[in-house]
Amino acid sequence: MARRVGICAVAQTTYQRDKWHERFQGMALEVLEPLLEKTGLDFSEEQGIGMSISVSDDVFDARTISDNAMTDVLGAHMRCEEKVAQEGIQALYYGLAAIQSGHVDVVLVLGHCKESQGKSRNMVTHLAFDPFYTRPVGLDFTAAAGMQAQAYAAASDVTDDHLAEVVARAGRMARMNPATPETAVYSREEVLASPMLADPIRAHHAYPVSDGAVGMILAAEDRARDICAHPVWITGVGNCMDSFFLGDRDLTSNFALKKAAARAYRRAGIDTPRDTFDVIEISDQYAYQQPMWMEGLGLVDEGRGGAWIAGGGPDAMKVNRSGGMLAGNPLLLGGLVRAAEVSLQLMGQAGDRQVADARRGLAHGVMGPAGQFHAVAILERD
Amino acid sequence: MPSDFDTSDCYTIPGKLALPYTYFAGRVGSRFITTLRDRHKIMGVRCDHCDMVLVPPRQTCERCLRDLSDQWCEVGTRGEVVNYTVVRYPDRHQPRPVPFVLAMIRLEGADTPIVHLLEEIAPEQVVIGMAVEAVFAVKTTATIRDIDHFKPCDS
Repeated sequence: MARRVGICAVAQTTYQRDKWHERFQGMALEVLEPLLEKTGLDFSEEQGIGMSISVSDDVFDARTISDNAMTDVLGAHMRCEEKVAQEGIQALYYGLAAIQSGHVDVVLVLGHCKESQGKSRNMVTHLAFDPFYTRPVGLDFTAAAGMQAQAYAAASDVTDDHLAEVVARAGRMARMNPATPETAVYSREEVLASPMLADPIRAHHAYPVSDGAVGMILAAEDRARDICAHPVWITGVGNCMDSFFLGDRDLTSNFALKKAAARAYRRAGIDTPRDTFDVIEISDQYAYQQPMWMEGLGLVDEGRGGAWIAGGGPDAMKVNRSGGMLAGNPLLLGGLVRAAEVSLQLMGQAGDRQVADARRGLAHGVMGPAGQFHAVAILERD
Repeated sequence: MPSDFDTSDCYTIPGKLALPYTYFAGRVGSRFITTLRDRHKIMGVRCDHCDMVLVPPRQTCERCLRDLSDQWCEVGTRGEVVNYTVVRYPDRHQPRPVPFVLAMIRLEGADTPIVHLLEEIAPEQVVIGMAVEAVFAVKTTATIRDIDHFKPCDS
């Protein structure tokens, strides 16, 4: 039996439109210092943090080897350092594996992203496409999402009114989250009146551009109990990468998410995921994704996301009490912020948005055009 | 930014990432592109095991991992719109002034649709299932844009 791994502390900056006045190293330091303070850890060889994992992206940072400019902040100077340039929740998986292998006992995960640095987030995601077949027609993640949203609208009961409610609720939730001080709070009418971006995705359906950083300390069970009173255990992680070409996929099938969820549920010993989670955080970059991913997770009936929204499902199931990605997290960090949010809930540190006595939660991350890659993590406390 | 933030000695440096590069299209990709460019034919590859014709062509079937590099088959220059979006946000990487339609088009004889521009029709009039045909570019770019765009046609 592999050893259990616990999340001992989490920290994050605010997520705001343009932190021009802060370097990404500064944002990371703003996360590192409270993590060290909360845990009493340092970077000593014997009992300190044994591995630092940076979540960062070369194109967003506008310099290659995005992690090498901040080894001091990562505590990685002349030490063990790794980098995840994928959806940040993958760093949780990486740290879990490093600890379960027995190589290290304590891991620092620290992600940063300044979406505001580049002139256009769509130009960044455009670079994810190949230069012969897909880039020449101008594809980026927003256009790809538009096509998926169109297909999902045809295959499900989700309407423009339902999506307006998803966005309006995200704004209301974000008000309770001190990490999202700038999030716009739109009425349903305002969402419905916002112009189309990539039909049927409206301007207010898309997650805002933001800057920020998030981090956590992971530790093997015996160390975790020393470091904090109530570690949050990572009991199951699963992911799946679907086909690259949009045409090779059924855009409404949720194939990768279903696989990722099934793997995470199996590892966590969950047979019936419904009514299992006290809190759920999913990466909804566009409004249609909240009901669609909930269906893919097996938590809402297939094609019935609209009825779920109309029936107050998001509130009842405690979905995205943080505001979700619609409230604003950088692309790279969405899933890692979701895992941090679930951890705060399970630690009883979620402030105004706290779910009473939350014991088990689900965090979800997504990357690539139209949900090519999904990752699911199950987190629990004793 | 905090309201009391002191902006003295705060300097932002404008920059630009630009790096000319060359990509190898691969043997399969090269033949697809040169056939499109020189003969105005659209080629896919057939996986007999999975019973699928894949466009764009690729060397290996990602489902069964069989080598498909000599399993060429020609598909039609006409097809059907199976999905689309209307891109309405202007940006530098886009091939057209907005709004323009990006459609997923399943060519005759193919199982996997490709994404391409749909023009010569108002965005509001695009419907799933409509028949379209390729309009070839006058000037080659040796990419998928040697099809300049697709346009509606009689089914």
